[in-house]
Amino acid sequence: MLTIASLKKGQRAIIKEFSIDVVPLKLLEMGCLPGNEIALVQTAPFHDPLYLNINGSHLAIRKDTASQIEIELID
Amino acid sequence: MAKQINVALIGNPNTGKTSVFNVLTGLNQKVGNYPGITVEKKQGVCKLPRGVKAHVIDLPGTYSLNASSLDENVVIELLLNKNDKDFPDVAIVVTEIENLKRNLLLFTQIKDLGIPTILAINMADRMKRKAISLDIELLEEKLETKIALISSRKNIGFDTLKDLITNYNQLSTKPCVNASSIAPEYFDRLRKVFPNQDLYKLWLVITQDVNFGKLERNEMQGVASFQTESKSNLKRLQQKETIARYQFINGALKETLTIDTANAKDLRSRLDRILIHKVWGYVIFFGLLLLMFQAIFDWSSYPMNFIDTTFASLSEWVKNTMPSGDFTNLIAEGIIPGLGGIVIFIPQIAFLFLFISMLEESGYMSRVVFLMDRIMRRFGLSGKSVVPLVSGTACAIPAIMATRNIENWKERLITILVTPFTTCSARLPVYLIIIALVIPEGRVLGIFSLQGLTLMFLYLLGFGAAIFSAYLLDKILKIRSKTFFVVEMPNYKLPMPKNVIITVIEKTKSFVFGAGKIILAISIILWVLASYGPGDFNRASEIVTQETAATNLSKEEIETKIASYKLEHSYIGIIGKGIEPAVRPLGYDWKIGIAIVSSFAAREVFVGTLATIYSVGSEEEETIKNRMAAEVNPILGTPLFNFASGISLLLFYAFAMQCMSTLAVVKKETNSWKWPMWQLFVMTAIAYVVALGAYQLLK
Repeated sequence: MLTIASLKKGQRAIIKEFSIDVVPLKLLEMGCLPGNEIALVQTAPFHDPLYLNINGSHLAIRKDTASQIEIELID
Repeated sequence: MAKQINVALIGNPNTGKTSVFNVLTGLNQKVGNYPGITVEKKQGVCKLPRGVKAHVIDLPGTYSLNASSLDENVVIELLLNKNDKDFPDVAIVVTEIENLKRNLLLFTQIKDLGIPTILAINMADRMKRKAISLDIELLEEKLETKIALISSRKNIGFDTLKDLITNYNQLSTKPCVNASSIAPEYFDRLRKVFPNQDLYKLWLVITQDVNFGKLERNEMQGVASFQTESKSNLKRLQQKETIARYQFINGALKETLTIDTANAKDLRSRLDRILIHKVWGYVIFFGLLLLMFQAIFDWSSYPMNFIDTTFASLSEWVKNTMPSGDFTNLIAEGIIPGLGGIVIFIPQIAFLFLFISMLEESGYMSRVVFLMDRIMRRFGLSGKSVVPLVSGTACAIPAIMATRNIENWKERLITILVTPFTTCSARLPVYLIIIALVIPEGRVLGIFSLQGLTLMFLYLLGFGAAIFSAYLLDKILKIRSKTFFVVEMPNYKLPMPKNVIITVIEKTKSFVFGAGKIILAISIILWVLASYGPGDFNRASEIVTQETAATNLSKEEIETKIASYKLEHSYIGIIGKGIEPAVRPLGYDWKIGIAIVSSFAAREVFVGTLATIYSVGSEEEETIKNRMAAEVNPILGTPLFNFASGISLLLFYAFAMQCMSTLAVVKKETNSWKWPMWQLFVMTAIAYVVALGAYQLLK
C-alpha cells in the first residue's frame, strides 16, 4: 500500500481514502482530504516527521500518522 | 455615552492576528487569565470614528471551532454563550493572503454561528511580490461579508477595518454552509428533537465537550442520546462537513483569487534547505542556543549585578535613615531583599523571551520542533519541549512559562515536571564554592581541569536526570491525551519589533505579579524565622559579651559573634538543629542544615547563609572558602567539607527541588498544588537518597 510515508522528497500525489479514526480532525481541517494534492517537501532524520505541502498548506506530521493515509502518485 | 462595541479577533495561528490586535489597541491592552485556566486572555480598547469605542478581545489562535486544546476551547465557549459579557457584537476573522483557502474554513464556521463577521485579509503587502491578485468585490459577494485588505506590518487598511466595525449591524448573518445539507438524515432527526434550536450550534455541542449556555439541563439529556452515536460516525460527519466547507470555499475563490505559481520559488524553500538540513540544521540550532546562553548568562549579569547592588544599598539606606526597630528591620532585611529577589530575575526572563519571541515570530521555531521531535519523542517529550529544557539551564521559571505552546497536555506536563532538573544559574554559586573546596586543582591529560570537568559533569547530570525522569514519567503517568502532532510550517518573516517588545513586557509582568507575590511572602517568612527566636535568642548580646569579656576581640568581631549566636538560637536555627539527625547521614552538620532550609527561598542563598552562620561578616568568596575549609566535623574530628560530604552536597543540590519561585510558577501553570508538591517531595527524596548513597560509599 502506498502511503504518505512512502513518498520521496519532491514527489507529488493525490490523497486517496484513509481510515477516519486514525487521522486527527485537525489534519482534515488543514486540507488533508481525499482528492487533494500532496507533496513531500523535506524529511527530518529517520524519515520522521515529514514536512508536507498539502493542498497549498505547509505542515509537518509524524510518520505514524502519515503511514495511515493512502495516496496515488502523480507522474 | 455610546454603547461600546464588543469585537472578537479570531484566526488561525500565524496569520498575524496578534499584530492586528496590537495595531488596533496600541499599548492600550490588558492581559489576564480566563478564570480557572492558564489560557491568556488579552483584551484592549480601540478608538473608532465618531467617538465610538470598541472593546477588542484577542482570542487564542485556532484552526477551527472543533477544539483540540484548552486554548481553542476558550474560543468556542465564548462564541456559544450569548450571556457572556464578552460575547462579540461582531467577529473579525483574521486570515493571510497566502493561506486564504485554509484560513477561510474558520471564517465559514464563525459566520454559520450567525455572528456578524468581517473578513480581514492580512499581509496584503506580500501580494505584489507573490503575484497574487484578488477580486475583493466579487469575493465579498460570494461570501456575503465585508472584507478589509490589511497589512499589520505596513499599517495599511486599518481605517477600512475600523469603518466596518462601526457599521457592523449592516453585515449579513446568512450562513455559508447549510448544516443539514451535510447529512440530511442525521440533521432531520436532530431537528425533530430540538425544533427551536440552531442546528449548527447543536452540532457543535454534540461533537465536543463545551457548555451551551442557552440550553436547559433537561434539553441537554436529549443531546446526550445523540452523543452516544459512535465516535467514528460523528467524525465521519465532521469530515463531510469539512469537505462541504472546502467545496464552498473553492467555489468562492475560483473566480476571485489567482496565484501565479511561477513566482513561487521563494525565500521559504531556500531558507528551509539550510535551516532544516540534516547536518547544518542542527549546527545552526546549537549555534543559536549558544548565543542565547551567552545572552542569558553573560549579558544579563550586568543588569543583575546592578540590581543586586542597588537593592543592597537601598536596604542600607533604609537602615541608616529610618528609626531603628523591628519595622525598619522588616523593611530593610525582609521586604527589600525579597523584592530584590524578584527583580533580579527580570533581565534573564526578558532576554529569554526576547529570543523566544523573535524565533517564534520569524517562523524558525516550527523548524526546531520539526528537527527535534523524533529525538525528544523517545523520552515522552515533544519537539516543542526543546526550548523549555534548554532555557531551564538559565532559570526554570521562564522555561516553565515557555511550555505553553505544547498542545499535548501529557507532553507539556512532563516537560514542566522535569525542567527543574536542568542546572539553573542559581545552582552555580553553590557548585563553584563546593567544587573549589573538595575537588583538587589537578588536570586530566594536562589540559582539562578537574574542577571544570566536575562542573561539566554536573550540567550533564542535570540534563540526564531530566531526560531519564521524562522517560519514567511517560511510562508512569496515565493521562489520556490525543497524540496528534500537526505543526504548521509558516512562512519566514522578519520579526516585528513592536510585537517582540510587547511579548517581552507581558511575560515579564506576568512573572513579577504572578510568582513575585509568593517569592516576596516566603522571603518575609524566612526573614522572620531567622530574626526571631525564643529564650536565649533575646539575650544574645548579653551572653556573647559575657563569654568574650576575657578575650580582647575587636568590637566588630564581637558583633559578628552575636549575629552568629542569634542565628543559632533563632527559629530557623532551631529548625536546622531539628533536622540535623536527618542530614547527618549525608555528612552535614546543623549549619549546613540551616543553609539547606534557607536555600528553599533560592539556592544561591546557601552561600550567604553559611557566611552569616560562620560569622565571616563578608561574602568575599575566598574568606568563606577558607572558613569552610577549617570547619571540623564535631563527631569525627575530620574536616567537615571533605571529598565525601562535598560530593554528597553537590548531588543534593543537583537533584533537590529548592526553589519556591519555581514551585509558584508550576502551581500557576498547572493550576493545582498537586504537581508542585509532587516535584518538591519526589525531587527532594531523590536528592536525599543519592546524596546519602554517595556519602556512605565515599566516606
